[in-house]
Amino acid sequence: MARVVVDVMPKPEILDPQGQAVANALPRLGFDGITAVRQGKHFELEVADDVDDATLAKIAETFLANPVIEDWTVRRVEA
Amino acid sequence: MRVGVITFPGTLDDVDAQRAVRYADGEAVPLWHGDHDLKGVDAVIVPGGFSYGDYLRCGAIARFAPVMQEVIEAAHKGMPVLGICNGFQILAEAHLLPGALVRNHKLHFVCRDQWLAVENNTTPWTTRYDKGAEILVPLKSGEGGYQADQKTLDELEGENRVVFRYVGENPNGSRNNIAGITNARGNVVGLMPHPEHAIDALTGPTDDGLGMFLSLLDAVQVKA
Repeated sequence: MARVVVDVMPKPEILDPQGQAVANALPRLGFDGITAVRQGKHFELEVADDVDDATLAKIAETFLANPVIEDWTVRRVEA
Repeated sequence: MRVGVITFPGTLDDVDAQRAVRYADGEAVPLWHGDHDLKGVDAVIVPGGFSYGDYLRCGAIARFAPVMQEVIEAAHKGMPVLGICNGFQILAEAHLLPGALVRNHKLHFVCRDQWLAVENNTTPWTTRYDKGAEILVPLKSGEGGYQADQKTLDELEGENRVVFRYVGENPNGSRNNIAGITNARGNVVGLMPHPEHAIDALTGPTDDGLGMFLSLLDAVQVKA
């Protein structure tokens, strides 16, 4: 078994109102110096050893992310 | 006229969509998300709600339901398909319509009666309207912001595929004030506002939405 992390982020050109709301809240909470926040999704998959990278990419591209509005990365990590 | 109305776990507006079909003298045929056939219907409505709890992304899981594989195939053959609200999100996730729907730009869930301009009255769902007509129907969504890249927007505008546009202040940050669009063939229409809630002035703000279902009646009868 391996752990695979898929990170999904809104494309830079897509408006991210949730990230903006977080960024706007930070100064109110007394945290200065944060100029921008983008909010995305982080998936952790427990994956059998015989699942290849192409399959993982397909999972990310067709299901976990919507490539119209989101970019994605897949990486294998130490469990 | 037999019109299928799909119910997913979490669908809300299937009953109103069925009622709208009956108001247009059609027979509403309930379709379940696990169905593998469309029961011989002439058209399909993918109604609003929160299919599969909006988990992952709105429409992302519903798009893979067995019944949707049938809808996708039928749509490619020219069957009229209408997606309302969550249904629009599902059709976008299924790539039957371009672009995507994202969180409203001011983050608030918007629930109000909304004026729309009819920009394209040549689809099977809009022929009963005059081009440029303004209609008042409910809008109720948290993720109704229409987004697409510039090339797609240029295509939609250039090919007259924007079907409805918001009138007045943009309620959700949709690009080009887009409320509804159609595919290149013109048989698939998706919109965020809810025509099925505006078919009788007793129960809605107007009966302006009924025209969409009467338009379908015309389209199906012409074909028959």
